[in-house]
Amino acid sequence: MKSQLTRSHEAGSSASLLEEIAALARKPTRFMEVCGTHTVSIFRSGIRSLLPQSLELISGPGCPVCVTPLGEIDQAVALAREEGVALVSFGDVMRVPGSSSSLSQERAGGRDVRVITSPLDAVEIARGEPHKKIVFFAIGFETTSPAIAAAITEAKRQGVRNLSILSSQRLIPPAMRALLSSDAVQIDGFLLPGHVSVIIGKAPYSFIARDFSLRGVITGFEPLDILEGVVMLLRQIQEGRAEIENQYTRAVQVEGNERARRIMGEVFSPVSARWRGLGTIPDSGLALREEFKEMDVAVSFDIPYKDMADPPGCRCSEILQGLTTPPHCPLFGARCTPEDPIGPCMVSSEGSCAAFYKYGGLS
Amino acid sequence: MCLGVPGKVVTVEGDFADVDFGGVRRKVSLLLYPEVGEGDYVLVHVGFVIQRLEKQEALQTLELFAEIEKAYEESTDEEP
Repeated sequence: MKSQLTRSHEAGSSASLLEEIAALARKPTRFMEVCGTHTVSIFRSGIRSLLPQSLELISGPGCPVCVTPLGEIDQAVALAREEGVALVSFGDVMRVPGSSSSLSQERAGGRDVRVITSPLDAVEIARGEPHKKIVFFAIGFETTSPAIAAAITEAKRQGVRNLSILSSQRLIPPAMRALLSSDAVQIDGFLLPGHVSVIIGKAPYSFIARDFSLRGVITGFEPLDILEGVVMLLRQIQEGRAEIENQYTRAVQVEGNERARRIMGEVFSPVSARWRGLGTIPDSGLALREEFKEMDVAVSFDIPYKDMADPPGCRCSEILQGLTTPPHCPLFGARCTPEDPIGPCMVSSEGSCAAFYKYGGLS
Repeated sequence: MCLGVPGKVVTVEGDFADVDFGGVRRKVSLLLYPEVGEGDYVLVHVGFVIQRLEKQEALQTLELFAEIEKAYEESTDEEP
């Protein structure tokens, strides 16, 4: 596949950005994109193949489905098997294998498992089917959490009593801090996630510059956005700067979406959370606040979380930390494919393995 | 999963807006971003407006989307 960039009417702009990248990236440099949507855009547009050898883009823990630990998938599967339950969640998570089954296998086996496209669908289903116990497997980063919180607020306001939440939400900045603190992977800068930043704004990333003397650029999702983000990072290196900048000004306000954050904060409080690959990270998850506790799955069901080891051979955990790339996994492309995935990085369309598999050979 | 889709607000009714995504219309919630009016361009995620976009920039994004889709389809058509 040829690069889209060389074909589009924006070829002029991309050519000049690529020239600047080539001129600036003389030393070996490594940037991490922390967002699955960036990963897909980078692969799909062929950007990796257009960059100089000295510049490496690596993927981080930026796909909510991929970083959900096996034990939580098992919890969702077990809930789907409970009498009278309809388990609802976003489509992305349906095919992720748990230790013995996935949600889509449960559905095929006759369990009531449904795909929703908005958290409000969960409220609607609960209202429409009061005899059913609706369990919402609420997965997502900061982009999605305010919408989940708003739906929970609505459910409470409408007096919905048959909706339970399995909160599997995670926050990006604490994971970036954990990654940088581990020292395992050397990174010169971050392409920061555009739509997470629409909500959180710029301030939560300031520790990257302050505590680690590194740089980050909030970046949009078009191929040109990404090239511009890379140029902005390279300019910072050249000028000896370590700052957080915003390339994606058409969508991201520096202060973020304050109302969305307020609603999120009214419903959830930060708790430590487990991440596939990164272990337990303090204040990186979201739990229901006391006023909403009656909707916690733990209140209505006795299905505790159990730690489970990753599938044998699967290197998803290292891939999520940028420590290795999919072709180095012994299962990649042979036993693990998008049709028959073993690890979550191959299941999710935004996972690194799926992107490598689909658009591979470009780098 | 954090994909936001740009669209244009057609009508506003209470906490909801009817948003046009290049010909496909959807009802989306304004609970997270109420300050929108008819004709505004907005970014939508899982059924909620999460931000208003400047018109010029929204149009560029929409055009760029169309351009990329086209280029992508052509490139996959040509090569097996």
